[in-house]
Amino acid sequence: MSAKPAGLLEIEGLTIRYADQAVVDVLSFEVAAGEAVGLVGESGSGKSQTALAVLGLLPGDADVTGSIRLAGAEVVGATEKALDRLRARQVGIVFQDPMQALNPFVSIGRQLRQVVLRHGIAKGAGARDRVVDMLRRVGLPDPERQYRAYPHELSGGMRQRAMIAQALIAEPQLLIADEPTTALDVTVQAQILALLEEVRQDTALLLITHDLGIVAGHCGRMLVLEKGRLVEAGPTAEVFARPQHAHTRTLLEAAPRLNVRPPAALAAGPEVLGVTSASVSFRVPGAGLLEAVRGLDLSVAAGETVAVVGESGSGKSSLVKAVLGLVPMRAGRVTYAGETLPARAEARARETRRDLQLVFQDPVGSLNPQMRVSDIVGEPLRVHEPDLPREERGARVGAMLEQVGLGDGFLDRYPHQLSGGQAQRVAIARALILGPRVLVCDEAVAALDGTVREQVLALLARIQAETGLATIFISHDLAVVRAISHRVLVMYLGRLVELADNATLFEAPRHPYTQALLAAVPVPDPAAPGGEAVVGGEVPSAISPPAGCAFHPRCPYAVERCHESLPAARQVGATWVACHLAGELSLRGVERER
Amino acid sequence: MNGTTGMVARVSRSNAVRLFAGMLLLIVVVAIVGPWLSPHDYQQTNFDRLLSPPAFENGHLFGTDDLGRDLFVRTMLGVQVTILVAIVASAVSLLIGVAYGAIAGFLGGRVDAAMMRVVDTLYALPFIFFVILLMVVFERNFLLIFVAIGAINWLDMARIVRGQTLSLKEREFVQAARLTGVSTAGILLRHIAPNLVGVVIVYVTLTIPQAILVESFLSFLGLGVQEPSTSLGALVDAGVNQLEGASYMLLIPAALLAIILLSFNFLGDALRDVFDARCQR
Repeated sequence: MSAKPAGLLEIEGLTIRYADQAVVDVLSFEVAAGEAVGLVGESGSGKSQTALAVLGLLPGDADVTGSIRLAGAEVVGATEKALDRLRARQVGIVFQDPMQALNPFVSIGRQLRQVVLRHGIAKGAGARDRVVDMLRRVGLPDPERQYRAYPHELSGGMRQRAMIAQALIAEPQLLIADEPTTALDVTVQAQILALLEEVRQDTALLLITHDLGIVAGHCGRMLVLEKGRLVEAGPTAEVFARPQHAHTRTLLEAAPRLNVRPPAALAAGPEVLGVTSASVSFRVPGAGLLEAVRGLDLSVAAGETVAVVGESGSGKSSLVKAVLGLVPMRAGRVTYAGETLPARAEARARETRRDLQLVFQDPVGSLNPQMRVSDIVGEPLRVHEPDLPREERGARVGAMLEQVGLGDGFLDRYPHQLSGGQAQRVAIARALILGPRVLVCDEAVAALDGTVREQVLALLARIQAETGLATIFISHDLAVVRAISHRVLVMYLGRLVELADNATLFEAPRHPYTQALLAAVPVPDPAAPGGEAVVGGEVPSAISPPAGCAFHPRCPYAVERCHESLPAARQVGATWVACHLAGELSLRGVERER
Repeated sequence: MNGTTGMVARVSRSNAVRLFAGMLLLIVVVAIVGPWLSPHDYQQTNFDRLLSPPAFENGHLFGTDDLGRDLFVRTMLGVQVTILVAIVASAVSLLIGVAYGAIAGFLGGRVDAAMMRVVDTLYALPFIFFVILLMVVFERNFLLIFVAIGAINWLDMARIVRGQTLSLKEREFVQAARLTGVSTAGILLRHIAPNLVGVVIVYVTLTIPQAILVESFLSFLGLGVQEPSTSLGALVDAGVNQLEGASYMLLIPAALLAIILLSFNFLGDALRDVFDARCQR
């Protein structure tokens, strides 16, 4: 046919339709043996559909045309038997959520052994040895024991390692990883990405992700999808340096970066909301007491944004729920405008309740699916100003929606008729319509795509500038925190790790955990280092945290003292830090863009 | 109510829903209009025409029974009574079950535990015997059948609604309403109840055939609807006694009963598919 060597995976004119709606539109690309290709795009761009098509796993109502050749064999229209031969032997996949992808009733070892036996790779005791060997290669500690473990007994990162082991055990020529680290904490993400690089060896990698930082660090070539169409393809370094398509430029601009200029520091204003030695605990049936928050202090001033950062299990969500009175506090108190508030939201005065508002993580889940936008945004008015005439209420709802960038056309819509970004704007409008003084954002932009996230953050910043709103911003995304917050609080297993103003914390971290977090963030620049796993391991269970400093088992600097005594928070320079060695270590932060 | 327009539109787009709802509507219309068009009356006896088989000329479309009464009119009356019993019983179970389940689920904690133990206790009672006992102690009362059947079905409804409410109240939009200061009643009515509609509609369409079966069973035992009125169950009972000479007396009401039951079951399944698809979007 042609002169150029045949690729391992050749996709030509692939089109996937659902009920005449094309989700992938005449897509063509190739992956050569051994190379790593990044497939990037926002949600709905068709990147996961493409992956499923390669595996022949699309649902029955998908209409697939075009051609997908995997090592010369056609996938489109192939029989289930033919596909079965291709899968595992030729192509392995790692999904976003390993808990969904692994069978919860079968031990990890047996699941992997099934693959080995089924494809005739080894028999009997040989099969078992091969599985144990594979588990060792993906870095599962004590593989003999993990062989017998069930998926729920492993942590998220360990499950993803097991998933990678399952994908690679039949030594396929192509590994597809569909958002393999999106469900993981950032320090674990760095470990998993490093592992993928290390274990794949000659296996080609098709890495599907929304995170340009991951592509920059791990893929030689990248493909950019927009609404099912391929808009740009080329070597990663070249695409980053000279993006040709407008959509690529937009994605690159919206890519999260740590080296941006932080918001100007704020002159210390009067405290609006304060939390003093807050503790929150939950009883976990059969496991004991889970102390989610252990004696934490926090304060926010008018016009200030304080970010609370931490990985899963750090207690950041429990902290805000306690502040808002949605869960009870075991100890400590919340003060608002100088007065101590009752613990339960229901017991608080009406005026206080209208002044403290919350924006949730899941924009669609936080809106009642059976209510129209006008009713959702108008409900707080109905509760707090019941005497307001209908017309006036309508006018205020309209004005509020205008302010968050939604026109009159949205008044009669239901939540399922909104995109994620629009739904989050509606949620923000509902939170702001009463003119609150404190806004709590619980991972408010985590579910949004890059460009939409930028818009929502800009909206929040504008409203803060106009109204002097005090904001508590819960996030695990350090790039977002860097871009919008004045002060940053880092939490680990319910305790304060480090608290400092934005510039100090990012550029001169004082705690090894903060350094690890910063280093683990993938940098969207192919030339820059980043996404490095400085620490190993994962966040331990909050039910039985390690003795002494909770971070010591993962800390590269830990000394004997760290095993024994809990470091108290103390001030070092401009930073509050809870580390025995604070001030003695020289830690690496983020360099600001020239 | 909010959102119902969207739901109605989606429900009416489903072919299966239209088919079975249309079939049931047709049966009900014929059952109501039919007796008006027939020259015969449901309790008029005619000793010249005992057990005469179905015939078009004399107007006895389904024949006559052992007392010479017209079976077409009686069967139509039976359909009316059976469907009425089922609908009223389901309405009773709907009212008690939804209110009880929603309150238990929403309040949670000890109140929930106490309320659901009551349900468990009632479940443990052998209800058919309980109903028979009721019928024996009190006079055989048409009303009592409704109450008795409704009293069985609300237990299931309460459990289902409670489960749904438990998961709904953890949803973020309910927390948002709590935070805003919406009252408990407001949260139940505006946020919880509308989101229960789908499940409840589906479950009601599935309890109706259950109620029909229980009513038929009671009537078959002679404990249900009393002469000269009738129901499909009572007609089947009468038909069994005449199985040898006049099998039509059994076959016609039994077939109608089966068609009605199947239609309700299929309608419930079709509605469930519609609402499930809605949940998954």
